[in-house]
Amino acid sequence: MGLRKVAVVGAGMTKFVRRALETGKELAYEAAKMALDSCELTLDDVDGVALGTAPEAFDGVHMKGEYLSDGAGAWRKPFMRCYVGGGTGVFTPIQGWYHVASGLFDVCLVVCEEKMSSCQPHPQGAFLTIFDHSTERPLEPNLLWIFALEMNRYMHMHGLQKKDIALVSVKNKRNAADHPCAMLGDPNITVEDVLNSEVLAWPVQRLDVSPISDGAVALVLASENVAKRITDKPVWIKGVGWSLDSAYWTNRDLYYPKYVEYAARMAYEMAGIREPRKEIHIVEPYDPFDYKELHHLEGLLLADKGDAPRLTAEGVTARTGNMPVCPSGGLLGVGNPIAAAGLMKVAEIFWQLRGEAGKRQVPGKPITGLAQAWGDLMQVGTVVILGIGG
Amino acid sequence: MSILEKPNKNVEARVVEGEIPIQSRYTYGLAGEKFFREIMDKARILGTRCVECDYTYVPPTIYCERCFAKLEEWVEVGPEGTVQSFTVLLVALGGSPLDEPEIMALIQLDGADSVLVHRLGDVDLDELAIGMRVKAVFKPKKQREGSILDIAHFAPVED
Amino acid sequence: MTSKIKEFPGVALRESDFAEKKILYTTWEPNARYAWDAGIAIGRYLAELKQGRIIGTRCHKCRRTVVPPRNFCEWCFRPMDEWVYLEDYGVVNTYSITYVKWNMVRVEQPILPAVIEIAGASKGMGIMHLLGEVEPDEVKIGMKVQAVWKPAKERVGAITDILYFKPVE
Ligand SMILES: [Zn+2]
Ligand SMILES: [Zn+2]
Repeated sequence: MGLRKVAVVGAGMTKFVRRALETGKELAYEAAKMALDSCELTLDDVDGVALGTAPEAFDGVHMKGEYLSDGAGAWRKPFMRCYVGGGTGVFTPIQGWYHVASGLFDVCLVVCEEKMSSCQPHPQGAFLTIFDHSTERPLEPNLLWIFALEMNRYMHMHGLQKKDIALVSVKNKRNAADHPCAMLGDPNITVEDVLNSEVLAWPVQRLDVSPISDGAVALVLASENVAKRITDKPVWIKGVGWSLDSAYWTNRDLYYPKYVEYAARMAYEMAGIREPRKEIHIVEPYDPFDYKELHHLEGLLLADKGDAPRLTAEGVTARTGNMPVCPSGGLLGVGNPIAAAGLMKVAEIFWQLRGEAGKRQVPGKPITGLAQAWGDLMQVGTVVILGIGG
Repeated sequence: MSILEKPNKNVEARVVEGEIPIQSRYTYGLAGEKFFREIMDKARILGTRCVECDYTYVPPTIYCERCFAKLEEWVEVGPEGTVQSFTVLLVALGGSPLDEPEIMALIQLDGADSVLVHRLGDVDLDELAIGMRVKAVFKPKKQREGSILDIAHFAPVED
Repeated sequence: MTSKIKEFPGVALRESDFAEKKILYTTWEPNARYAWDAGIAIGRYLAELKQGRIIGTRCHKCRRTVVPPRNFCEWCFRPMDEWVYLEDYGVVNTYSITYVKWNMVRVEQPILPAVIEIAGASKGMGIMHLLGEVEPDEVKIGMKVQAVWKPAKERVGAITDILYFKPVE
């Protein structure tokens, strides 16, 4: 395709917390500065900045991209903000990737930020306006409804029980106990805890859901010549993909995320991956709800339809399993500052492939990993495949 | 031609009314917390300084946007400064006429490189000029609550 | 790299820090009020609801009859060809038993949102609405449900002109 190779060479993040003292700008700065320091680059080395952040209503700042730009290191630089709902965190590095792959920039700083705690009394007030104003909003929907409706459909089509799905929440919250930035890590949580938690919108219970969070994450992307100069451990972006399904979410069968499959196929083709189940060693699928991890593993073609719960029950997706899934702790454990949460997944794959994930390090020296996010009204899939060597 | 391209005659224009039911609650952040507390408690205006760039930020930031250094040097600025630009407002936010004109100005505080947006008060419209010297007028201490409005306005400095 | 950083940035606050004024903050109400146009297709849909009817649109190319109606086919990217009256009953495609309102305030009596596939439209064409006159534990996917309309003179041309859908034999 005439594209240049692009590497991830640095990463940084803040803690994910329910309410941060820092402003959005300050969160963005802390993550961006840490990412640059980690690869010993300065702002002078950065040619352009890609920023991802969710709707303005959460932070309560209009022109939020511009507001965050100085904290994201964009002073007097080419700067662009993207937004594809919950898929933003994995789309933003894709945007950074094409700016470097195209030859336009040699170094691109990628920053994702969210400060949802600004939104009072509850971010659901903003989520309400995601729904169609004429045909849906008069019914006063809560965003949880749409997940509950999808989860129920998924369970129904595959004959699954809540306990099959609760295992995901247990796994991820336990994994998060080893993440220094995590909000909800818990090494002792059990399936019973999840099944006994408050019912919000059946089948969704309190511990099936990731929390509202504040936080920021940043990556540094570099072209091959720069990457080889500054690090002996570049992690290459091997493939990217994204796809959007119909906005008429009640006209689709929610049990299977076709758009994730399309995004994954695009990324696999670019990465030259023919047998994803053999070639992808470590996965960070989007897990704002426990069933979503399963749903997405199936959409990513890493499990047969309806079979992801079995893989979970058999420990295949445990940190020490054959295909570790969400070794970071995911959104369920680390937290869910929307755009930042997606980018955290890409950062996790980067750290894991470099063997720098500390207590979270998966065994077996993985060489290829995949991060995926999802969003809007159940309709967008974004995928990035990272690899070392080659 | 699709019949859908022309609205059927029994279709009236329909409008669905509503709002985005949110309020925002903003923390001032690491830099803002210190900035506003100093104004509230001590009626002093602080900035942060980047030695590398020789630039002082007011309101302060914890980082230099120019070189991305972490800023740890806090300096007192003002309370006097120079009007860099101003505008005289005759219409309120909602569009209704104001009883008294309001003057908004860009004020470069002594010791600062960036400018602060604030109101001018106790000023004759005739004497308004770019370059005029002004000074912060703080509200009485017990009325201050940690807000930019703890500075009531900036007033001309008598020569 | 994460293994090298000892303390990550980020200062967590508690809700009580605001109430007890341990930190300074400011608030703002955007007062963002809107008047959203229903548009051509949904305008007719709402007008038909006022008459006690559900209407969809049909594309002759892909042969889909869709609801909610739209004036272009998003698959074929061409104008829809005709209006089609649909039935006011259908089957439950999926549902939830919810104890929280849109603003997360808890309710005693659960709300029963559902996706209902409307009879007369193509397979899988659903709308979101509520279920009523049914015990939560009796709701089943695949259950046949019928619209319960507001009395004609109370209908205003809104999705809420249908109060809810109730089970039927
Ligand atoms: Zn500087
Ligand atoms: Zn068509």
